[in-house]
Amino acid sequence: MNTIVKYITLDLIKNKIIIIYTLLLGVISFSVLSIDSNSSKGLLSLLNITLLFVPIISILFATIYFFNSSEFIELLLSQPVKRKTVLLAEYSGLSTALCAAYAVGIGIPTIILTPSPAALVLLVSGLLLTLSFTALALLVFVLFKDKTKGIGASIIISLFLSLLFDGLLLIFIYSFGEYPIEKPILGIIALNPIDLARILMLLQLDVAVLMGYSGALFKKFLGSMAGSAYAIICMMLWVIVPLFLSVKIFRKKDL
Amino acid sequence: MIRVPVLILTMCLLAYVHAAARTIQISPRQAKAIQGAINHAHAGDTLVIEKGIYNESDILVNKKLTIIGNNYPIIDGGGKKQLIVVVHDSVYISGLQLQNTGRSSMTDMAAIRLQNVSGVVVHNNRLLNNTYGIYLQNSHYCTISNNKVSASTKDELNSGNGIHAWKSTHLMIQNNNISGHRDGIYFEFVTESRIIKNVSTKNIRYGLHFMFSHRDVYADNLFVDNGSGVAVMYSKFVEMYNNTFRHNWGDAAYAILLKEITDSKIKQNLFIKNTVGIYMEGSSRIDVMQNEFKENGWGIRVQASCDNNVFEHNNFLSNSFDVATNGTMMLNTFNENYWDKYDGYDLDKNKIGDVPYYPVSMYAVVTERIPNAMILYRSFLTDIMTQVEKLMPSVIPDNLRDDRPVMKSWKLR
Repeated sequence: MNTIVKYITLDLIKNKIIIIYTLLLGVISFSVLSIDSNSSKGLLSLLNITLLFVPIISILFATIYFFNSSEFIELLLSQPVKRKTVLLAEYSGLSTALCAAYAVGIGIPTIILTPSPAALVLLVSGLLLTLSFTALALLVFVLFKDKTKGIGASIIISLFLSLLFDGLLLIFIYSFGEYPIEKPILGIIALNPIDLARILMLLQLDVAVLMGYSGALFKKFLGSMAGSAYAIICMMLWVIVPLFLSVKIFRKKDL
Repeated sequence: MIRVPVLILTMCLLAYVHAAARTIQISPRQAKAIQGAINHAHAGDTLVIEKGIYNESDILVNKKLTIIGNNYPIIDGGGKKQLIVVVHDSVYISGLQLQNTGRSSMTDMAAIRLQNVSGVVVHNNRLLNNTYGIYLQNSHYCTISNNKVSASTKDELNSGNGIHAWKSTHLMIQNNNISGHRDGIYFEFVTESRIIKNVSTKNIRYGLHFMFSHRDVYADNLFVDNGSGVAVMYSKFVEMYNNTFRHNWGDAAYAILLKEITDSKIKQNLFIKNTVGIYMEGSSRIDVMQNEFKENGWGIRVQASCDNNVFEHNNFLSNSFDVATNGTMMLNTFNENYWDKYDGYDLDKNKIGDVPYYPVSMYAVVTERIPNAMILYRSFLTDIMTQVEKLMPSVIPDNLRDDRPVMKSWKLR
């Protein structure tokens, strides 16, 4: 497995798109953080960029990459290696490369320019987002045979999670505003890794108080260690569950 | 031989003058030294209290005396009783360190209590760890200045206020430093008074709290890190100038909470990093001018019950929400403010934007109606909604607008 991971990672690090992605993130974070005197504002802008770009780029790039390497995967499978090993190796190689890109592009500038716990949380949530959306791409890859359909599915997944989900949640909150729905909301939020990352980050910044002002429960729960742990565990589930499902499906898949 | 009577007369006069203004030294050696000295003193005497620790309480000052502490003698109540009760006019108290009054639910235990007096001056004292610091009760023309009042209370129920005034007039509260009490300065039925250059920090409820107190002036004060900021209620003709409200930051914190305030002026204040800059309810005819609102959660929350307020020449910088309101009706005027979120243009170069600015953002309206929607703060969706609303307004109150937003921020300080 390690050999496969090594070759995939080395191959991807030389990939032009990964290099451009890294550079883009790096340029954005350097410019945002050095323009804004208020570091908390800068981190908020970077959070927006992370929430907008990281999911869609991770899932699209990963889906395309998996489909492009489907022949390579078939070739590997003709050798005496387990299907699970091959699939997880593909995933590890790709996610290592994407995580490295994020860590270099956003992590290094933030830690140099604004060393704070908030910067660390931004880095962690960005990495978790990368991991979970790459895992979702893997799931898409094992579910669809056709590349075009797969890419379409990834686009829908990322749009749904970054835009539509919040809209539906807002409608839900609007229609049941009269009821005590704080706890259901906390449950629903767990269904979206992007929201989890956003809240995890917001609670590190000053603006968290706005959340406490309107719904004391949000701040009380999410602001506590248990709340952060809850958010991180949910995000990890967003990595593990798609991975588990894709391995399970891939084992029986007719190639 | 005419000189002898003159001499006698002069001596008599001198003796009289001497007797009228004696200076009495008090040292901590005998028990009840201070009360004893007061009992023996005549009106107009000066008591100089030497350095030391006096375990005395309930000291009753019932004569016109000047009480001066030499190098901050300590009067300690041992956590049981009140310390000094002044019941005579024109007493002067200075240079004392008063500490550890009792706590009681029956009486408000104070370090210095002024009761039905006028012209009393309390100057340059240190009041540490008392339930109430200075308590003025039906007192007039009193001056409380340069005192340091501090305590470390934990909960609202068992604590008192730093400077507490009830049913008084013409007070001057100046240059005091108050921290760690329930309310820093508390006024109830206090009129025509001035609160100038005080520093009120880390009080667990309000830095300044007043009710039914008309025609008062608050200027050059600093209110930092108080549990809920400053609350002013049911008052008329209040003037607030040049105060700084900083970091009153928490779940229910306001820099100023105005409830049923009318005919007042709020000018040249600085509001920085508060959850809410100004919260207004049932207030009318208030001029809010030349203030700076910076990095607050909400700059101003105007409830629909407010009318005829004028917001002019203010700066709004980096607030999460500039203005929020709970209704669609708006009877207040916003004019010539600087809004950092304004993205209009100025083609005729008269330094005033050509298109009106709507300071209430779409998301502020949504969260005002449904507070739980705050969980979606800063999500991509809500950013889009705000932008769409800017192009095609439908939800925001369209009569809450600044028709003449200025292009450059005002130079206020």
